[in-house]
Amino acid sequence: MHSDNPQSGSHVKTGVVRKFITSRRAALLAVIAPLVLAGCQLPTFGAYHGITKGGSQTFKLWQGFSVIAVIIGGGTFLLILWVVFRYRHRSDAIPRQTQYNVPLEVLYTIVPILVVIGLFAATVVVENQVLSEPTPKATVNVTAFQWGWKFVYPGQNVVVVGQTTQDPTMVVPLGENVKMNLRSSDVVHGFYVPELNFSRFAQPGLLNTFTFNFDKLGVFKGQCTQLCGLYHSLMYFKIQVVTKTQYQAWLKANALSPAQAVAAANASANQINAGIPVKPAQTSYGVN
Amino acid sequence: MTDLIERHDIEQFDDHGDHETNPHDDHEHHGPSGLLKWLTSTDHKVIGINYTVTSIVMLVVGGALAEIIRAQLVSPTSTLVSFAQYNQLFTMHGSIMIYLFAGPFAFAGLANYLVPLQVGAPDMAFPRLNALSYWLYLSGVITMVLSFFATGGPAAFGWVGYAPLTSAVNAPGVGPDLWIGALLLTGFSAIFSGVNLVATIFYLRAPGMTLFRMPIFTWNMLVTGILILLAFPVLTAALVMLYCDRHFGTHVFEVQGGGVPLLWQHMFWFWGHPEVYILALPFFGMVSEVIPVFSKKPMFGYKGMVFATLTIAALSLGVWAHHMFTSGAVLLPFFSIMSLLIAVPTGIKIFNWIGTMWKGQIQYTSAMLFSIGFVITFLIGGITGIFLASPPLDFFTHDTYFVVAHFHSVVMALVIGAMAGIYFWGPKITGYKLHEGWGKAQFWFLFLGTQVFTFPGYWLGLKGMARRMAVYPNNPSWQTLNDWSTVGAIMIGISTLFLIINFIVSWRKPIPAGDNPWDASGLEWFTSSPPPHHNFLSLPPIRSERPTWDYHHPEHPALGHGDHVSGHVEEKVSN
Repeated sequence: MHSDNPQSGSHVKTGVVRKFITSRRAALLAVIAPLVLAGCQLPTFGAYHGITKGGSQTFKLWQGFSVIAVIIGGGTFLLILWVVFRYRHRSDAIPRQTQYNVPLEVLYTIVPILVVIGLFAATVVVENQVLSEPTPKATVNVTAFQWGWKFVYPGQNVVVVGQTTQDPTMVVPLGENVKMNLRSSDVVHGFYVPELNFSRFAQPGLLNTFTFNFDKLGVFKGQCTQLCGLYHSLMYFKIQVVTKTQYQAWLKANALSPAQAVAAANASANQINAGIPVKPAQTSYGVN
Repeated sequence: MTDLIERHDIEQFDDHGDHETNPHDDHEHHGPSGLLKWLTSTDHKVIGINYTVTSIVMLVVGGALAEIIRAQLVSPTSTLVSFAQYNQLFTMHGSIMIYLFAGPFAFAGLANYLVPLQVGAPDMAFPRLNALSYWLYLSGVITMVLSFFATGGPAAFGWVGYAPLTSAVNAPGVGPDLWIGALLLTGFSAIFSGVNLVATIFYLRAPGMTLFRMPIFTWNMLVTGILILLAFPVLTAALVMLYCDRHFGTHVFEVQGGGVPLLWQHMFWFWGHPEVYILALPFFGMVSEVIPVFSKKPMFGYKGMVFATLTIAALSLGVWAHHMFTSGAVLLPFFSIMSLLIAVPTGIKIFNWIGTMWKGQIQYTSAMLFSIGFVITFLIGGITGIFLASPPLDFFTHDTYFVVAHFHSVVMALVIGAMAGIYFWGPKITGYKLHEGWGKAQFWFLFLGTQVFTFPGYWLGLKGMARRMAVYPNNPSWQTLNDWSTVGAIMIGISTLFLIINFIVSWRKPIPAGDNPWDASGLEWFTSSPPPHHNFLSLPPIRSERPTWDYHHPEHPALGHGDHVSGHVEEKVSN
């Protein structure tokens, strides 16, 4: 535990302080230009790249935040480690009883405020892009219920339903603005597709709208994120992004008669569940 | 200040008296003893111990539920528990940990014991209200635990109970009613504790104990008390409305009658976010007492620390809707900037703790290790919280394991802080030290276990694993991450066993602590361990926030600020 070199403290300290201040300046730069930074080849920090225009913006914001978090969090962590090793108990002499260093305290108040302002500015820019709702080319009315999803394509006579044993697939066109009208017919659910970098509550008595512009073909799994009762864990759905021609063909192939479409769109959760009767085997408690 | 104290007729304050106190002198209480004493006492120390012991039992119960949850998640399609049982498990785990452990341990357990001692008072301001507070809390504990045996099982709608999942239709049975009852009982208990804390701190301080000479722990308890008074009544009101919806045909949270389910989320989080700081501030206070003592230095930036606490409390009342960013019904930029700003005072606190250790002589006792573990774990929870304050980033992490990992970093930091409190003040409460070897073993298992438990969660959440899933997609990498998380949970479980072993070992081979085993600075270390009835036979002069230190080390006053080193060597130091 004991070191014989008590003199080494002072120059090591100045080095760390300098490194500390430099890292703060780097953090500030990163805040001012998060998008510039994201343009470089940064790691994903675990997040998805996004399959929509808004999702890609969110991903870049995530990278910017992550860089700053690594710099500030990592710097602070190393500082703690250094203090913990450097100032371990070496003698019983009572150290200097310093209690205040006002310039230093002001520094570590002002700098975080500037960082926060930068983070907030970047947040607002991306938020406005993600939540912008340009004129849609296609619309899907999404209704969540216990425990499944219903996708109604208004004016197209197309309705897709599914519940815990059958994941419904929402087919959407590539490169067009697709508007979602999200509702719940019972409790609060969460509409979430990891690769969209987006989620939104489906709430009873409240309409939520948002618009996606998909820029990647493929099938993406989505699920309910908000606890909604017994079979919350099984409430999946899929989003399939296809080309515009494929989308039009799919709509035609799946069109119902107008009367059928109205009936399907208005079907209650109980009717849907009765139409797709199989419940998961693992149940020891009654439902409803 | 002095005249206020005299009105309350506190016992003698001897400016230069002998500080040796004897618990068996004339001031000893002549009331009942044994079990009857524990049942009837209005002594803040007895009530504080009652609270502390009950809440630690709840910590163990809540932890056991967590171990079952983690066991279920070892495999993606595990059938260890049913869907319904899984929902009940995480609901009760969250409810017990938040409502019955974290708050009561901090703002009613240790605070009850310590605040009167730290301000030099003989008891809390309203001792009988204090006793009522504990018995309401215990009733709430019993109500919550009994709901396990209710027909249909306990509540299963998550500890946040989002309406309308809590309605009579969606959550039938007596279990949810018992959950509401337990929260009402513990809620009133918390409100009464808040009243007592604020009144005690404002009116019962000893002569010389100005506001800016109060220990940081007491400061934080004052602010916590104020937050309790602002936040808890809102939860209580919401619970009453929910009960009326369930039983008396009202429709406050039901669309059918023109009600607004979203209102529950607003009311719940208007309590729920201040509650996060109601939970956290006491633990900030605990480590703010421990770190200076074992660094042999005063709290660095004491006044900055107080203002940081006040700022956190003020901001915490304006951030509740960051829990509702994905609801699509809140003003995102306002709640985003308010939430981001909380990082500033929290950062100040972390830098102040580092500043306190800077150039100190750090003694690595168990209490100090736990405190440093707290700072590091809280740093992780704080940094990841900054992501969640940005709505676009919250959109894809909300209700995933990223959030679960984030708040478990925060609350596990509080558990680690709680251990610092137990090891630090345990000797004052019992008169005997806890065993250091077992303490350090417990620290490493708890600290490393926490990181092994939370880190896979961050990754899982980013990959898309939603929370509250009894089963999850059959994906090998998800299973590996979940298994690591379970390993962490087992390590945390082992650390709890070490704590219990330590209690037994220290009880069988007691190590007497003496009045001031750590050479600490607060008034509580000036009296005997445990303190006599009504706490003090004499008090040292209170000329700074470290009266006991000043008494023992008059040649080493705090430096760098002029106004509270008077009475000692005046020394101006340029920094």
